[in-house]
Amino acid sequence: MHELAVTESLLNTASDYAIKNNAQRVISLNIIIGELSSIIDDSVQFYWDIISENTICEKSTLIFNKIPAKFICQSCSEEFKIKGELRPCPVCGSMDLRTTQGDEFLLESIEIEKGLEKIDE
Amino acid sequence: MSKKTIPIVKKIMSANDQIAEENQEFLSSKNILTVNVMASPGSGKTSLILRTIENLSNQYKIAVIEGDTAPVTIDSDKISNLNIPVIQINTGGECHLDALMVRNGLEQLDLCNINLLIIENVGNLVCPAAFRLGEHFSIVIASIPEGDDKPYKYPNIYRGIQSLILNKTDLLPYIDFNIDYFKRGIEALNPGAAFFPLSCKTGEGFDKWVDWLKTRIQEKK
Repeated sequence: MHELAVTESLLNTASDYAIKNNAQRVISLNIIIGELSSIIDDSVQFYWDIISENTICEKSTLIFNKIPAKFICQSCSEEFKIKGELRPCPVCGSMDLRTTQGDEFLLESIEIEKGLEKIDE
Repeated sequence: MSKKTIPIVKKIMSANDQIAEENQEFLSSKNILTVNVMASPGSGKTSLILRTIENLSNQYKIAVIEGDTAPVTIDSDKISNLNIPVIQINTGGECHLDALMVRNGLEQLDLCNINLLIIENVGNLVCPAAFRLGEHFSIVIASIPEGDDKPYKYPNIYRGIQSLILNKTDLLPYIDFNIDYFKRGIEALNPGAAFFPLSCKTGEGFDKWVDWLKTRIQEKK
């Protein structure tokens, strides 16, 4: 449900960069979502279609690049991925794990369309 | 027309994080230890806050920010009845507090000589985890009737907390709740978090939580 606030933040960031770069419109946004980031991409998409209307981002495509959760075992230093439910270290069985990847929620880049006069920069 | 890719690599939550950082700096400058209390609805957030106030208000000055989705003042009335400065933030249906709401709340609160600020987040195990508020640390209150599998189902809320309270231990005789299984889930997510099984109703186990919190306040003073 917090995706509305998150999507507004996404729209503000993308619009800022688009305007700074003299875009006519935004074609697409590359978004990185870690599996542990508690963001639902379908929900972001739903809000995006509504709130991006009449902005420079209208009709742009959201491209979600999902990255899995990775952990490092604090007991034996094994690094491994977990999908779904939490499990102990596959090597030594310890539950003393630290997250090394999966929290990310980033706007990586945007693709924009520039006006004709801006080709030769 | 020409196309161009603009590299950005920016945290989407960075606007909120920035304000949260400013809130934290402001609170640190006033030596106010600030705790973000997160939990599902009905876990006993308000009960815990009330009992904590009863235990600490003779030693420390406490203020409370109440986050609620609806403009009902049931919780904040209970707190102001104890003569504690309290401000209610009505999120207007939003499922979480964010740093800006807290900043607005801070502007309205009398923070003179306050040692401890308790922020009661909106009852929800998902959304509050994504929004830093400016707190010095967060706690989660779980409770026996919610079941022992919650750390496995809602891992994000349990990550990054400093203390976990397991409330309503007086109900253990009536409900199948495997504390070891619950604790294993927490330890995996958050090794070293302080764990306090207690009952806000009977007071069992409450002293340990209060002692731990006192130590944190002393460290901040």
